[in-house]
Amino acid sequence: MGYTLTEKIIMRNTKRSSVTPGELLNVNVDRVMVHDIFAPFVVEKFREMGFEKVWNPDKIVFVYDHLVPTSFIEDFRHHKIADAFAAEQHIKAVHRADGVCHQLMPELRYVVPGQVVFGTDSHTTTYGAIGSFSTGIGYTEMAAIFGTGQLWIKVPPTLKFTINGELPKGVYSKDIILRILGDIGADGGTYKALEFGGSTIKGLSISSRMTLSNMAVEAGAKVGVIEPDEKTFAFSGVEGSQFQDLKSDPDASYEKVFNYDASTFKPVVACPSNVDNISDVEALLGSKIDQGFIGSCTNGRFEDLEVAAKILKGRKIAPFTKLIVTPASRSIYAEAAKAGIIGILVEAGAIMNPPACGLCCGRSGGIVSDGERVIATNNRNFLGRMGSPKSEIFLASPATVAAAALEGKIVDPRKYL
Amino acid sequence: MKEAFKGRVWKLGDDIDTDIIIPTQFLALKTVEDMKKYAFNPLRPELAAQIQPGDIIVAGKNFGCGSSREQAPEILAALKISCIIAKSYARIFYRNAFNNGLLLLENSELYDYCSEGDHVSVHLESSQVLLGEKSFEVASIPTDLLQMVEAGGLVPFMRKRNGK
Repeated sequence: MGYTLTEKIIMRNTKRSSVTPGELLNVNVDRVMVHDIFAPFVVEKFREMGFEKVWNPDKIVFVYDHLVPTSFIEDFRHHKIADAFAAEQHIKAVHRADGVCHQLMPELRYVVPGQVVFGTDSHTTTYGAIGSFSTGIGYTEMAAIFGTGQLWIKVPPTLKFTINGELPKGVYSKDIILRILGDIGADGGTYKALEFGGSTIKGLSISSRMTLSNMAVEAGAKVGVIEPDEKTFAFSGVEGSQFQDLKSDPDASYEKVFNYDASTFKPVVACPSNVDNISDVEALLGSKIDQGFIGSCTNGRFEDLEVAAKILKGRKIAPFTKLIVTPASRSIYAEAAKAGIIGILVEAGAIMNPPACGLCCGRSGGIVSDGERVIATNNRNFLGRMGSPKSEIFLASPATVAAAALEGKIVDPRKYL
Repeated sequence: MKEAFKGRVWKLGDDIDTDIIIPTQFLALKTVEDMKKYAFNPLRPELAAQIQPGDIIVAGKNFGCGSSREQAPEILAALKISCIIAKSYARIFYRNAFNNGLLLLENSELYDYCSEGDHVSVHLESSQVLLGEKSFEVASIPTDLLQMVEAGGLVPFMRKRNGK
């Protein structure tokens, strides 16, 4: 009997010759990520548990992104506590202003294919896009990993999504994952692995694949994996020959297989306030919006800024409408500046935010007020997610957001492409 | 863990996400005590002040979806909710809850039968929840998980392991 990609990664990690969905086992942690907003709690629990030394300081990464730049006087406390702990424990990988954790982890090659990685943020599922088993956990379990280097997992069953064919113009990986979420629901993947494959996925850039894996958790999934290929190996700077076993066997057993024809995909929007409340953009044409947001660990990458610039070039965003853009990392920001993309966005009227998480989680940089309606590229439109519980959030691709900002209402992005 | 207890019901719907349980704006407050008064703030800002120790939350499907923020179960434990009975739970919340000594039970029917303010009694030894004359079955919780809940969560478990 064959195994799925997720099972193969677990078997590689545990050196076992077989695993079964539902089985509980301990994995050896290859890397962990802790972000600033939970860092003090990890440190506190670590000490309460009676640990003194972390199991391996070189496997721990601290990223300050939720409270950067600080918005309240108390925020700096998080950075001070994390800095002091990192110094005491000889943790060298501390990123104080380099960008969003889920962009940095693969970009800086802290995660490579085949690894088992945990983070204190739910969107740690992002690294499944490069063929790793990565998932979000709470700060108490992170403290236990800091002390032991291990964590128990339940081997998840896999839902396979096979997508073949060419995506129509104006349709992006964000539209694919929103459509899937609409089809299976916000609990359709609870405690399962989602595996994305097929010719469409093979044709996607690593950045676009990260958008899919990032949002796997919005269906409740534990991981959202994609078989690593030559693109992955080049991105991660690894020898592909070491990872040839990292693919699902032809006779692997799946809980369910979903087949999609990419040519049927359309630009879609998640309507307030559930990520699975999906509508074709055509059904929402003319809906007024007050603010657009392009950024976050879902869609703040170079290609996202590039497509927005393509739409906004030589045009102006609508009066009384704000467009806020947040590159996901400092290097993306620099690259976009070099390519002239930032200039185009700013000339169109966009407000640039520094690479960080503030607006997506309603903490800083464009907080939304009562009655405001936002169209955004991030991953959640929960009640009050970006500020007031009396605001409304629509989720869409960067192209759809940029086009909406031009007219102050939801429009079909294809008319600007 | 008490084998049987009774509590007053607060009823919440489907997909109660972690941002509803505790919004990001309050996550950097210093202590769980500071945070707990903001429980369910976006949905029902008055609720946190009304919850009494021993109360029970009854909810629909996918309770706790969203963020890994462990403050969500931690503040519910701090409000001394005796347990949550939902149709289903999100994965990260489920683990975080048990790690903080918060008991989660699953039942797909109770939600549709009970009203807010009802009193239900929970019988762990027989895996039953009683509402008036009607009885609902919940999946039994493995003994070691119950012991972790009883001990207060993963921290005391690890302390013991470390001989502290």
